[in-house]
Amino acid sequence: MGDYWTTDTESIVLNSGIKVPYAWQAGETASRFLVQLRDEKKIWGKRCPKCQKVLVPARKSCGFCFVETSDWVAVANQGVVQTYTVVARDTPVQPVKAPFAYAVILLDGADTGFVHILQLEDPQKIKTGMRVQAVWAENRKGSILDISHFIPVEG
Amino acid sequence: MGKRVAIVGTGQTNHCSIRRDVNGQELIREAVTRALADAELTIKDIDGVVIGNMDHFESINYVDCWSIDGTGGYMKPVIKLTTGGTTGTTLAIGGYHMVASGMFEKLLVIGWEKNSESDTTGAINTATDPFIDRAVFGGAVSGLALDAHKYMDKYGATVKDAARVTVRDRKNACNNPHAHLREEVSIEDVMQSDLLSDPIRLLDMCPRSDGACAIIYASEDVAEKITPQPAWVLGAVNRHSVNDFTEITDNSTLDSMVEASAELWQKLGVKEPLKELDVVELYQPFSWAGLIWIEDLGLCKKGEAAQLIWDGVTDMDGELPFNPSGSVCATNPIGATGLIRCAEIALQIQGKAGARQVPDVNFALATGFGGCYWTDLVAFGSKKPE
Amino acid sequence: MDKAAIVGVGQTKHAARRKEVSYGEMVYEAVIAALEDAGIGMDDIDNVITTSNDFWDGRTISCMATSDASGVPGKNTSCVEGDGTFGAFYGMTRVLSGSYDTTLVTAYSKGSEGVSPIISNAAFDPILSRELGLDMVSACALQARSYMDRYGITEEEIAQVSVKNHGNALHNPNAHMGLDLTVEDVMQSRQVASPLKLYDISPISDGACAIVIANEKRAKQISNQPVWLNGVSFCADAYSLGDRDLFECQALEKAARGAYKMAGIQDPTKEIDIAEIYDAFSYQELLWSEGLGFCEKGAGGKLVTSGATAKDGSLPINPSGGLMGAHPVIAAGLIRMVEAVYQLRGEAGETQVNKQVNTALVQGLNGVCGQSHCVWILGRD
Repeated sequence: MGDYWTTDTESIVLNSGIKVPYAWQAGETASRFLVQLRDEKKIWGKRCPKCQKVLVPARKSCGFCFVETSDWVAVANQGVVQTYTVVARDTPVQPVKAPFAYAVILLDGADTGFVHILQLEDPQKIKTGMRVQAVWAENRKGSILDISHFIPVEG
Repeated sequence: MGKRVAIVGTGQTNHCSIRRDVNGQELIREAVTRALADAELTIKDIDGVVIGNMDHFESINYVDCWSIDGTGGYMKPVIKLTTGGTTGTTLAIGGYHMVASGMFEKLLVIGWEKNSESDTTGAINTATDPFIDRAVFGGAVSGLALDAHKYMDKYGATVKDAARVTVRDRKNACNNPHAHLREEVSIEDVMQSDLLSDPIRLLDMCPRSDGACAIIYASEDVAEKITPQPAWVLGAVNRHSVNDFTEITDNSTLDSMVEASAELWQKLGVKEPLKELDVVELYQPFSWAGLIWIEDLGLCKKGEAAQLIWDGVTDMDGELPFNPSGSVCATNPIGATGLIRCAEIALQIQGKAGARQVPDVNFALATGFGGCYWTDLVAFGSKKPE
Repeated sequence: MDKAAIVGVGQTKHAARRKEVSYGEMVYEAVIAALEDAGIGMDDIDNVITTSNDFWDGRTISCMATSDASGVPGKNTSCVEGDGTFGAFYGMTRVLSGSYDTTLVTAYSKGSEGVSPIISNAAFDPILSRELGLDMVSACALQARSYMDRYGITEEEIAQVSVKNHGNALHNPNAHMGLDLTVEDVMQSRQVASPLKLYDISPISDGACAIVIANEKRAKQISNQPVWLNGVSFCADAYSLGDRDLFECQALEKAARGAYKMAGIQDPTKEIDIAEIYDAFSYQELLWSEGLGFCEKGAGGKLVTSGATAKDGSLPINPSGGLMGAHPVIAAGLIRMVEAVYQLRGEAGETQVNKQVNTALVQGLNGVCGQSHCVWILGRD
């Protein structure tokens, strides 16, 4: 329908992309969080002194109360699936090949959900309420993918 | 009829090359908490949030949604405005209309940028149309160099005249605790600094900064209860008329500023702006703008700005001080820069400008520049408008 | 408070790919249509608000690309980055502030020219979540599952939204994805990210839209059928997906309360005649219906299966076909406003509902999983 003009005129296409390199500063709080993932294989949250929620990943302030968070609180490397999806197609941004799953996981000790990748042999077996645990990457570099993915806890 | 609107509080971060200790929304939170403290309000008092930056500098899509923790926008109305370099003043103008409409009583307006996170030129490049001018107009400096050459050719101004502008602003910045660059420079320093794009040298240009600025607007119903001296918005005018760089015919005049200032002075009944204004915060991305745009604001005839500068008219003790804050050649977190102009004017009117205070400020102007030779103007006053 | 009204509307025929026009040329079509609809010229427009998104355009200061087409030269102007419903809000305040009598609001996007997972992935925090590779589809799939598991809503019930809206779109000359589907067709369509299947997901379109807003005095001069902007409110939830209860939409609930209060609406189920809402994914029409108070929490499935929201139902939702019919990002919410205007004026042609339409609700959103919502109440008086 929109091609009527191409009988006498070539349709020019410019293939390009935004070529801008970035260097994001994690800042003090996220740096500490990521260093703990990389070096200690530990997941940390921070507590809000007002609502007492343990916010994970750790963050400098509580968005609910608009106050600075206070204590660092270590949370478990395992928790309960709050929701999930089994991804069936590949995209240029997914770090692993489909099929795989994403899940929001409430880690033991945390009050906010932690979003990450969930891998099962049979992804159709995933259920809300399932208990899962973190699997650490071999080569960690201070990134959210220092946790490679989560897997079900046996038993 | 709309409500009258005033700035009742401002907050800025201490702008610098790179903030390693905070990410973008944490940077924003600093400015917001300072503005709330300045106005003696809490986030609960705020009815809504308006925010802006230039997306490609941080590569975050839907910044209004991403920055909630830092803006205090949780469960509040949040909206994003963005217009390139003019973003800061666009935000000030947007916030004004939103409060004047009666839809908000106390509104938080935030401009910010973490320029350290990206390559500025690479990011600006995509402003140009991919087919028409992107291959030719690389980045911001080359375009401005054309302006400088044309202006010097036409009016006989010299690189020394432009350097005197920088000297004034860098000296003023020493009085501003928030400024990024706080060291004086001499005319020789400017004229011997690295050549970027003839005739523009490094010290003629603005730095890139990490910084955030927040202002709080209040409607006339509450402004005077919040602060004894609100900075009232008297008028806001802009022109974003040109959209590709090949359309500019005479680079020695900023047409958008000529048009916008003519409309603003007419609206406000200003006959002699040079006499009537008490202070100007000019969004001055390079030194020649500090010559050319004095003329284009209607403060003097074309070609006469250099004389004004050398006579000291625009110095801190002159008839019409320009840029007591040090303006853009001292500090430039792009999404915040235009809003900082407005915040600095508010501080002047409120008598809170400390070492950079100009005495007796009753009528003042903040300007914004960016995009494709665009101009935003916001006029403020110490008295509630009629 | 002073009132404002919509006095002219225009939109393009949305398509998978408009390769014969640039962004500006595409916006121009919508602008000309809106001016003609209002019966005014560009000289009658006092100021312009454009709405765009730098990521979707692949261009910083994206407002530059369509300024000429929006009539910006020589006028006061600004740009909202977000859905068109938010652009319309700013446009309205420019008139209510007393500064201008008329505002032209434009919105557009060419989804065909970018790679949508990369663009929506950029909404995720670079440090803490972007590398996970989530995009709008996989994130909304998380929300769909959360909603279904919480209330026992089934995929079949959700599929009915897709059937209804694709079917409605068949009658909409501006839609590009009108389809005659059955629930079985939706259930059998390709899995994308469970529980979302191909037909649960709106198409990404190329399209533009424009409206003319005027203050009360000017509106009555320009139009004999102004559509009054009786209520508006918007609200943003927390950002991080794990900070939110994805099975409900508290930000939408608050925005709806604000809009209803401003418009003097006490029982939306009785007082709203039609709704045009943001069905980027089929489950969203049900979840947002709950947030808007069209039914109890958890009753979204029953709402659609009851037929109440069909074109001939008691509260038709998306008689235009909604986003299922055409989804130019950014423009989508403003297009909902245009479709609501047609219904209120009785000019919706084959998509016109049978009942009298005096009050319409429009909803648009920004962000992932509907983090930030804008609700409008439009009326004939």
